[in-house]
Amino acid sequence: MNWKRLLIPLASVPVILLLAYGFRVDPKAIPSPLVQKAAPDFRLKAFGGGEVSLADLTGKPVVLNFWASWCYPACYEEAPLLEATWRRYKDQGLMVVGVDIQDKEANALEFIRRFGFTFPNAPDPGSKVSIDYGVYGVPETFFIDRQGRIAYKHVGALTPALLDAQAQALLKGT
Amino acid sequence: MPRRDAPPPRLDGSLVWLVVGLAMAIGSGVADVRAATGPAIEDRVREIASELRCVVCQNLSVADSPSDMAKEMRNLVRDQVQEGKSAEEIQAYFVSRYGEFVLLSPPKRGFNLLVWGLPFLAIAAGGGAVFLVARRWTKRASSPPPADPTYADRVSRELKNREGG
Repeated sequence: MNWKRLLIPLASVPVILLLAYGFRVDPKAIPSPLVQKAAPDFRLKAFGGGEVSLADLTGKPVVLNFWASWCYPACYEEAPLLEATWRRYKDQGLMVVGVDIQDKEANALEFIRRFGFTFPNAPDPGSKVSIDYGVYGVPETFFIDRQGRIAYKHVGALTPALLDAQAQALLKGT
Repeated sequence: MPRRDAPPPRLDGSLVWLVVGLAMAIGSGVADVRAATGPAIEDRVREIASELRCVVCQNLSVADSPSDMAKEMRNLVRDQVQEGKSAEEIQAYFVSRYGEFVLLSPPKRGFNLLVWGLPFLAIAAGGGAVFLVARRWTKRASSPPPADPTYADRVSRELKNREGG
């Protein structure tokens, strides 16, 4: 019978299609449900006094970066980029905010001093803000537009090209 | 040989205070945790946390992981339980932040039903196939194929000869 001979090739078609799809997607890429949604508000006590709050920054595009002093080398690679971006675009209204997670204060302060951070940074007691942003690990960076919506999320160290492109996209957005 | 009427050894004063102090410290520590949370709440926290994936581990639940992140997540679950939130509400919160990935067992709806249904479907299909094949084999065994006519003729001929002779 003819159809019996076709049975095995026919049955393998869906398996091959499934594998073709499965090998093309990155199993580690887990889409964040927060992208294109309103960024969760937070209010934290900044290192060196004062408060950082997302609500106070309404109308400004925000680059929200989660880091830790123990996150080596990724956080050490991107730290100078964050400071440079902040200096380049702050006059145009871009805000850079750093949230330090699960860290020791002395180590965090040393990290801030080492990279000469001039943008606000705050520790996250109890990791409440990190969990609110669905953070898996450090570094993670959220690009929040003027309407307070998360436009883009990046996991891992930022590259100069990506950071610059996203910062400019945020500034362009009305 | 020691003298029987020797006075019992006196406990050193500072040692006694150390032991009493330690006992009180341990006791008050335990009492603190219990008073603040209560065993019933701890059970609920464990129950909810055991269904949440520890996001920094490999296949460990928030209840079982010793990582800092899991500890903070347990604290958050405890806070929400104490606020009177239901298990569903707490799960929904974590899903809204981390996506369905955070649930250790996918919810039984939509595309996920495939994950829950396919094993049973496969077992049913496999069972059906085994049944059909087994029936075919037993049928073959009970009804032998028709004999080759030349041999059948020969057998009947020889039988006839035997009866005749």
